[in-house]
Amino acid sequence: MAIDLDILTVRIAPQDDPETSFFWASGEDGKLRFKHCQDCGYYSHPPTPRCPRCLSANMQPDPVSGKATVLTYTVNIQQWVPGQAPYIIAIVTMEEQDDLRLTTLLAGVDLEDPNIIGMKVEVRFLARDDVWYPTFVPEGSPA
Amino acid sequence: MSNPERLSFISGIGRSASGRRLGRTAMDLTLDAALEAIADAGLTRDDIDGVATYPGGDAIMSRGFGGPSAVAVQDALRLDINFLYGSGEGSAQLGSIIEASMAIAAGLAKHVLVFRTVTESTMQGIAGRNPAGGMTRAGGFLSQFGAVSATNWFAQVAQLHMHKYGTTKEQLGQIALTCRTNAGVNPRAVYRDPITMDDYLNARMISTPLCLLDCDVPVDGSTAMVVSHVDYAKDAPKPSGFINAVGTAQYGRPSWDQYADMTSMMAQGVAKQMWSRTDLKPADVDVAELYDGFSIITLAWIEALGFCAQGEGGSFIEGGQRIARTGELPINTHGGQLSEGRLHGYGHVYEAVAQLRGEAGERQIPNAEVIVAANGGGPIAGAMLLTKEFSS
Ligand SMILES: [Zn+2]
Repeated sequence: MAIDLDILTVRIAPQDDPETSFFWASGEDGKLRFKHCQDCGYYSHPPTPRCPRCLSANMQPDPVSGKATVLTYTVNIQQWVPGQAPYIIAIVTMEEQDDLRLTTLLAGVDLEDPNIIGMKVEVRFLARDDVWYPTFVPEGSPA
Repeated sequence: MSNPERLSFISGIGRSASGRRLGRTAMDLTLDAALEAIADAGLTRDDIDGVATYPGGDAIMSRGFGGPSAVAVQDALRLDINFLYGSGEGSAQLGSIIEASMAIAAGLAKHVLVFRTVTESTMQGIAGRNPAGGMTRAGGFLSQFGAVSATNWFAQVAQLHMHKYGTTKEQLGQIALTCRTNAGVNPRAVYRDPITMDDYLNARMISTPLCLLDCDVPVDGSTAMVVSHVDYAKDAPKPSGFINAVGTAQYGRPSWDQYADMTSMMAQGVAKQMWSRTDLKPADVDVAELYDGFSIITLAWIEALGFCAQGEGGSFIEGGQRIARTGELPINTHGGQLSEGRLHGYGHVYEAVAQLRGEAGERQIPNAEVIVAANGGGPIAGAMLLTKEFSS
């Protein structure tokens, strides 16, 4: 069962926040970015002004591969807004670093697929109102 | 061994009416509970010299979650107090009770009124559900992706627990069934009719694998307690509910999606610290009143508190005999939040004290002398070991 990538029927727009605005704009060029310590190489999410590992202030948003593995997920059935279809929320672990995680939406995945945990996925952006939401599809899905 | 928390006990308990859509104000309910707790402690309001609540600050969390602030209650009762506390941060709901205990140990107060009030049922009826509650704490990186409800967040914990340890839906269902059986003998429970495993397995799905019967029931209600110095125990009408050890630790990232072990979350550190502060062991516990905002939280507490090994919670509760009122570890004897209603952690503590006093009526566990009460379990958590008798 293919799911339309346009599954953002339930969302709350991100707050206007200088610490995090880069994250929501990042997908404009098709790349996912995280705060990345220029001194020790640690990526962190959610973004903070100093590296949580070495405390360096030398942090900047750097692009990552966009490839990730599903750590866990849920199929949301409850209709929070009228007419909303079931959708898959997942926590994914980015390929770059074991503890670089993101809560996101999965698209193009059968809701009944027994192998969602551990699935290799890659990022696709959904643009809405100048926000680029990073969502994920199975690796190798058509662009 | 002597910890500061042993200098205090829960001298009085009280609660308002609780139920669906009572249509009464949070302050109205709070004063009912508070006055009952003060009287139950054998005190008058002139004796009360401290007030504490969770989360306080009036409606900092909107739509009936907040309850009145500590100062609003201080004013409504015209109290002169030596200690005041209200916070949504701390050791979950129990943080307010633990802060009261610490204030008493520090000599700042002798009798602290603590309360937790919710009017979520009425307020959600008026204003609709508030699926984005908790977004602020979650840091704003969940709701943007449709993860708008705590059900979504804990569903992912449950899904991983099942994947990693083979925990089954039927095993998880034993939490809901056990709570409902216990609620059957609790006149104050919202839902008292028994449910079967078929009922559970066929219940409306909210967010897989959690169905409606895995989720607690929003109610209106207030629960209050008086935490007093142990010096008062010799004069108190009901000297029980002694605080033996508390757990307040927060190890790892306090987060819905970044905690290292997403099958256990904050219960782990809390339990470890609590057991380090007492000679009592998990095997000494007669009753466990474990937070059940969702069934999976209770399972996580059973593991974290060491009643079984991590990952073996499912087989521990299999069939339900072990956690029944007649079992080796009765849980949520009042029906928990799944069936009594979401008094938001305080219902569990109220029940613990009632059990220790032998006041739990038809649901009384014989010889209940050591009870653990645990609250929270997501990014914040707290636990407390309560005993019938004072131990130095
Ligand atoms: Zn660094």
